Amino acid sequence: MTDKMLFNSLLNPGHSSCAGCGEILAMRHVLDAAGSNTIIVNATGCSEVTTSKFPTSSFKVPWIHANFENASAVAAGVWAALKTKRKILRGSSRFTSGLAPQDDKQKQAQDDKAGKINVMAWGGDGAFFDIGFGLLSGSWERGENILHVCFDNEAYMNTGVQASGATPFSANTTTTPPDTNSFGNELMKKDMIAIALAHRCVYAGTATIANVVDIENKVKKALTLAGPKYLQILVTCVPGWYTDAKDTIKIARLAQQTGVYPVVEFVNGELLDAVKCPVPRPKVEEYLKLQGRYKHLFKSDKGQVIIKKIQSMADENMEKYNLQ
Amino acid sequence: MKINLAVSPGTTKDCKTGNWRVYYPLIDHEKCIACGTCARVCPEGCVFPVKDEKSKKIYFEKDLDYCKGCGICAEECLVKAITMELERR
Repeated sequence: MTDKMLFNSLLNPGHSSCAGCGEILAMRHVLDAAGSNTIIVNATGCSEVTTSKFPTSSFKVPWIHANFENASAVAAGVWAALKTKRKILRGSSRFTSGLAPQDDKQKQAQDDKAGKINVMAWGGDGAFFDIGFGLLSGSWERGENILHVCFDNEAYMNTGVQASGATPFSANTTTTPPDTNSFGNELMKKDMIAIALAHRCVYAGTATIANVVDIENKVKKALTLAGPKYLQILVTCVPGWYTDAKDTIKIARLAQQTGVYPVVEFVNGELLDAVKCPVPRPKVEEYLKLQGRYKHLFKSDKGQVIIKKIQSMADENMEKYNLQ
Repeated sequence: MKINLAVSPGTTKDCKTGNWRVYYPLIDHEKCIACGTCARVCPEGCVFPVKDEKSKKIYFEKDLDYCKGCGICAEECLVKAITMELERR
């Protein structure tokens, strides 16, 4: 009998994420699917502060911390460096003198290795929806072969639950508190998939942590394609959504099943796959009542009107992507 | 001046987060069907398979050095083989 911890994953435990964190779960599966031949550029956010308390790191792959806004730009630099390295190895670069190994076999081996390195830019919704949006857009426009993974927890959780562009309608955050006349966030969530498609991304997809095998498959599929790629994963946040730690997976599953968060996959602009909702479809109330950030909706009659509006938005998603 | 900011890979292994826990997961080895759901949904990734040499049964076990006691594994277990018990230190 062996009762030893295996440490098989490329993300080691011992990080300081909250108990029941959905983000760290998604990160582990994304990294394990990508494999060890990966370079990660991480924007500021929970994903960075929990895993890299100096002088420790949870990652077993090359990992660099970028600022909040420039993860995409740093990833572009990494990608350009790898590209130049291959040019040097093939002798087609003007920097070629003396850098490339003379042995042909060695050259070929290094060239193959450089060609297989996956470059990923990681960030939260704050980094990709709001602050780093300009540089993300630039990276997509230049068509760089980078997989951008957005861990969408629907607010700035690291700094204390401030609303972001990803915060859904009527959610309670510290900057959008509900009052007698207001019901939390008045703005709608930004549709990043549509924006990614408008940039002609070769891969644009969403996933939730309710299906971790789906996340792994999507990452593997995305990394086989060359060009700009975007994957958005809904991750539950225990302190930010005011939920129970044990409900992390359940809430993400309900988000998909109710139609609030459609799980779709676009390759070269075509809708390739959309995860269907079960019949009968659960009502959005089931999803909302598990979360403290929607608690105010259940206290008054006006709240019921808002819930109906959220239900109609979910129904729109169902029709838009043909989820049933 | 040169500051060495690079750190060794995977070194958070030394930070034992097990003492955050209030409830700990207790896995019933008889009920366990070794499907691996708990290992997949554990945010820490601290659940691993164990093979019993005597009965040749495979079951899952957790590393309590890192388990933060969130209870996702107990909630998601298909055969309800995991219960959360109050930790007494």
